[in-house]
Amino acid sequence: MALINSARDLLELARAHNTSLGKVVALAEAESQQRALDDVVEQMAVSLEVMKSAAAQGILHPRRSVGGLIGGEASMLTELRDSGKAISGAVMSRAMAIALAVSEVNASMGKIVAAPTAGACGILPGALLAAAEALDAPDTKMLDALFAASGIGLVIAKNATLSGAEGGCQAECGAATSMAAAACVELLDGTPEQCVEAAALALKNELGLVCDPIAGLVEVPCAKRNAVKVVEAIACADMARAGIKSVIPFDEIVDAMYKIGREMPVTLKETALGGLAVTPTGSRLALEIHDAQPSVECPPPVFGENKQGAR
Amino acid sequence: MSASNVEGMRRHSARAGYYVSVHVMVSPQRWCIKRLCARARDGIIRVDTGMEVASVKQYSCFDILGPIMIGPSSSHTAGAARLGRVARVISGSTPKKVTFYLHGSFAATHRGHGTDKALLAGVLGMLPDDELLPCSFEEAQKLGVTYQLIPRDLGQDVHPNTVLIELESSGGEITRITGSSTGAGKIRIVALDGLPVDFSGDYHTLVTLHEDKPGVVAGVTQELARAGVNIAYMRVFRDQRGKNACMVIESDGSFPDDTRKRIETITGVRRAVVLEPV
Repeated sequence: MALINSARDLLELARAHNTSLGKVVALAEAESQQRALDDVVEQMAVSLEVMKSAAAQGILHPRRSVGGLIGGEASMLTELRDSGKAISGAVMSRAMAIALAVSEVNASMGKIVAAPTAGACGILPGALLAAAEALDAPDTKMLDALFAASGIGLVIAKNATLSGAEGGCQAECGAATSMAAAACVELLDGTPEQCVEAAALALKNELGLVCDPIAGLVEVPCAKRNAVKVVEAIACADMARAGIKSVIPFDEIVDAMYKIGREMPVTLKETALGGLAVTPTGSRLALEIHDAQPSVECPPPVFGENKQGAR
Repeated sequence: MSASNVEGMRRHSARAGYYVSVHVMVSPQRWCIKRLCARARDGIIRVDTGMEVASVKQYSCFDILGPIMIGPSSSHTAGAARLGRVARVISGSTPKKVTFYLHGSFAATHRGHGTDKALLAGVLGMLPDDELLPCSFEEAQKLGVTYQLIPRDLGQDVHPNTVLIELESSGGEITRITGSSTGAGKIRIVALDGLPVDFSGDYHTLVTLHEDKPGVVAGVTQELARAGVNIAYMRVFRDQRGKNACMVIESDGSFPDDTRKRIETITGVRRAVVLEPV
């Protein structure tokens, strides 16, 4: 089986094997890593379980984040949704709540799957789990969707970057949105071409997104951005399923994303030296967090060379 | 290698640390891909030709969807836990005392990212997805392990997310390991007891600390051949001729423990440790 270096490779492989994008990515994974297909699928099932439990935990047991900037938003949105007052509808509001939940679990030192990074870990589960619930899709289909998402992520990783420090938020949340859009199309039995179109539509709309977190922490604007990006992923999946195509092909968008990341000033690439991080409120919060004790139940560390040992 | 025969250079993103793959034209008909260890600093890429290998490591889907980890940051939390764990394995046991010298971004944002807890959790033997990781301070207290975190400038040439971990065993033996968290949970160990080294911990890895003298390397590889271990990558490091040396051997398969023990009996080998990939 050929190497996957581009979306074109993905589509050629899917055509050659006459199968869906997710299934062909799973086959390629098994072959390139010299593992049995069942083994690879089983490993993905573990990731799916971690996503599900993070979603449930974040909604049912809200916790404050380590920096104290976020926590409880997933449960607030779930309340609005349950009251039937969410104008975004049941699927969208559920997807947003899951994205918030997983992001909150991450920010409070809970267990998540980096997808593709910890900062963007809510987007793929948000879109996928909400869509699967709405469609009553079985786990096997969700696993195919996760492989489809990884295929898109692989192409971005190989040709650009998935690191906010290198490419800004477009490389993290942007890649995640693109992956989630493809995952939704796979879940909806879309063609491999439609998966790639959905990924292209999503990534195109993420170009230039900067990474400017308050106090350098994965809290603000990350968690709420995850929630908003889920909406975009689902919207792009619908557009692609309707047959709408991206005028610029996916592979060219990935190249553009990488170049934009290179041209982006370092102040807007995870350094907390620009953007929201240096607004009056952002600066004040950063100072407060720096002076505060960590908000966890465990005892604080002992600092300074003169203090021997811990308590 | 001149610039003219290097074409199609493509960064493989921070996920692969500082690796770049370079398509090198051997002749107009034949191209080969070399994976090189390069460090981009101020736009200058330093290429270490000692790292040339036959093929590029293929990304796995689980490099993209993964790792499964305790949040909030793959580089500041998951990578930190892996660094701590490597330090523990190389030192050989749970330490009596551990000191973390935090550099750059690790020094600046370690509390908000739980880097401090993750480093200590790794030293206590926890994996990056251990749900006890946030409570590693308490766990250390239970185990009687004392710890300190000290901000320290480790030099201009190191990655911003770097830590020097100093472990003191119950017998008073000191082990020093310097490592960087290069993004997406990937790490590089860059110094071991003061010796500059370079390995990732992504593979099954055998690390030997030995005397720089003839026959040691052959003795080790002979043992590996006997055990049927296929060497994927191998590098030898030393500080000066005839003094301390270190060998790092990476393999796709595991190193049997009796092989490791036999390697430790080879004259000149002070210690051999095996790191399982996490």
